[in-house]
Amino acid sequence: MADLDTFRTETRAWLNANCPPTQCTPSEEFEDTCWGGTKWRFTNPEQKTWLDVMAERGWTAPEWPAEYGGGGLDREQAKILYQEMARIGARTPLFSMGLSMIGPALLKYGTEAQKQQHIPNIVAGKIWWCQGYSEPNFGSDLAGLQTRAEDKGDHYIINGQKVWTSYANMADWMFCLVRTDPDAAKHAGISLVLFDMSQPGVTVKPIPLISGKSPFCETFLDDVRADKDQLVGQVNKGWELATYLLTHERAMIGNMGQSTAIVKSLNEHAVEQVGLENGILADSALRADITSWLMDDMAFQLTAERLGDETKAGTGTGAASSMLKYAGTENNKRRHELMLGIHGTQALAWEGEAFKDGQMASVWLRTKGNTIEGGTSEIQLNIISKRILGLGEK
Amino acid sequence: MALVLNEEQQMLKESAKGFLQENAPVEALRSLRDERDATGYSKDLWQQMAEMGWAGILVDEAHGGLEFGHVGMGQVMEENGRTLTASPLLSTAVLGASAISIGGNEAQKSALLPAIVEGKLVTALAVDGGSRHKPTRTGVTAEKSGDGYSLSGEKQFVIDGHVADKIIASARTSGNEGDTDGITLFIIDVDTQGLEIERVIMADSINSAIICFSGVAVTAENILGEADKGLAVLQQVLDIGNAHLSAELLGLSQEVLERTVTYMKERRQYGALIGSYQGLQHRAAHLFSEIELAKSVVLKVLQALDEDDGESRDSNVALLASLAKAKASEVATLATNEGVQLHGGIGMTDELDIGFFMKRARVAEQLLGDQRFHMNRFAAINGY
Repeated sequence: MADLDTFRTETRAWLNANCPPTQCTPSEEFEDTCWGGTKWRFTNPEQKTWLDVMAERGWTAPEWPAEYGGGGLDREQAKILYQEMARIGARTPLFSMGLSMIGPALLKYGTEAQKQQHIPNIVAGKIWWCQGYSEPNFGSDLAGLQTRAEDKGDHYIINGQKVWTSYANMADWMFCLVRTDPDAAKHAGISLVLFDMSQPGVTVKPIPLISGKSPFCETFLDDVRADKDQLVGQVNKGWELATYLLTHERAMIGNMGQSTAIVKSLNEHAVEQVGLENGILADSALRADITSWLMDDMAFQLTAERLGDETKAGTGTGAASSMLKYAGTENNKRRHELMLGIHGTQALAWEGEAFKDGQMASVWLRTKGNTIEGGTSEIQLNIISKRILGLGEK
Repeated sequence: MALVLNEEQQMLKESAKGFLQENAPVEALRSLRDERDATGYSKDLWQQMAEMGWAGILVDEAHGGLEFGHVGMGQVMEENGRTLTASPLLSTAVLGASAISIGGNEAQKSALLPAIVEGKLVTALAVDGGSRHKPTRTGVTAEKSGDGYSLSGEKQFVIDGHVADKIIASARTSGNEGDTDGITLFIIDVDTQGLEIERVIMADSINSAIICFSGVAVTAENILGEADKGLAVLQQVLDIGNAHLSAELLGLSQEVLERTVTYMKERRQYGALIGSYQGLQHRAAHLFSEIELAKSVVLKVLQALDEDDGESRDSNVALLASLAKAKASEVATLATNEGVQLHGGIGMTDELDIGFFMKRARVAEQLLGDQRFHMNRFAAINGY
């Protein structure tokens, strides 16, 4: 305990000294959180400074091993770091699929060479990773994917099409599920490979969404090359990795936009917009809805913490990520519906500087995808029914 | 602190589960109900529970208790929610022991706490003057009379009121109903003149009573804590009570889900087990998810209570207690409603235990403030 107290004191002092002023204000727009990579445009020099000083300590990936550039912290220390960051409202210095998905997979399944090549770059935010999973005819039924990888001795040649590839237009590398054995049963012929997105044969087309933004792309793969040493895990055993990665993706999506450290609380928005009467929010129906949401949000945050602690203690269940994905994304949709309720018509303004060009409406619409991407809410309920409750037998 | 049970807490949970399932399953409550048992619980069983130390989990070692903390007691309460065991666990081991430990002077503590630990003293906390929870509306006025007070008024829905040896009652010593100041806690023998206790049979078959005070004469020695400042102590006791009621509701909800899922794996319709139908699966899975949320808020408030030293007490415990009670109540309502619905017609029969869980859930939800009460309190603590 004394060690943890010392760690807290030192962490607090270091954060106070090193977190630049603009990086401990609420994050309001997508660009306010750095995703890294070669195409990232820092919103200001302080965003870069914040990334660099945190990455240098490995605190962009606090619990990863120090030998690959991670922070080397144990769970209790990492919690203290997050608490101290939340205390001063420090932004997450780096958010990426490298950190939340392919990094953990490489640490678990990767070769030593793969770890040395990729992990330090993920920690430092130098490479933007995207995920090649869904295909036009294989969304919820992901294991049916048809993108083909042919064995050419020391490399694979990949042909096919991916869809809903998040930020493929910004990404430097892709981790991609491909079919390496077309004759095997659908789960048994899949492999996970990594390749450079800048090579010829990779064509990326952003898809305009209802939010007015295009965070997802269609990705066409024509004779794309992936070297054999970029195969993660064993050939044809990729489905195990895919489910492992989906577990991390669910945890990430479930948590997205939920951190109380970086968003202004709904009740603060409401007090500003609606006002108080005798210390009570002037709209009592809104007050009840907000309270219900805040309680569910706190319960969700505590559940993420508890399930994380259970996993560390070895008592967790794998299907827990489905529960978190389901609850977290449904909550996030409710949050943004409430934001419309709190801010009224201005929340639906689509253009104009005063409305940050429809920022609020755009974010609200984007959250509709939260309960679809990474496995729909209904898929999560299917997983809970089958794997946890043991339902399904006829 | 990690949001998980430590080894000792896990062991207590398992031994509580084993004991209650074997010695006091739901059938035991059914028998007490059907036989219109005058006590409303088994005294032998309560003695056994006391011998295992459960009555003293929240009592410090200096007064003969186990000093095992709220997380530990919460595990017993959670398991109790699975069996609906009738006993003075809530009235005495949680509420009475806490009220005396927090508010009592040394003489009161050494006279009463060891007797509670041994299972020889049953207490009843009389809070509400009406049928909707509001701690500042005491329902009882205490008028100065010589060196002491004279208490008049009525308390409703007092758990274990008709079987208690001592009543711990809030009364208004000054100001008006609704004021936070001017409330005093008194601890009174049940045989004191002017005290009339009438048992009320509740839907859940768990003990409750109405207590009438007709000029009950008490002295300063009957005061628990400080005159006029009783609400501060009472509020801490209520937070503790709500945390443990939340644990009970959590256990109850889990039990209902498990029984319902078991039924879904047995019952066939249209030639298939009903558990194979997605429309039903998703209702069960949603309930599972909600129960996971409740688990976390319950463990959190129990841990916060154990870390609370009383002196540097901030609003955190109050906030977490209201969060836990509101969420656990919401989830228990959902669990019991879904439990009946997914069982279909058989769920409506008295023969099946599910109805007992539904009835207990609603009473436990109402006790010490329901979901809406605690939502309002949560909002007020958050300043909106």
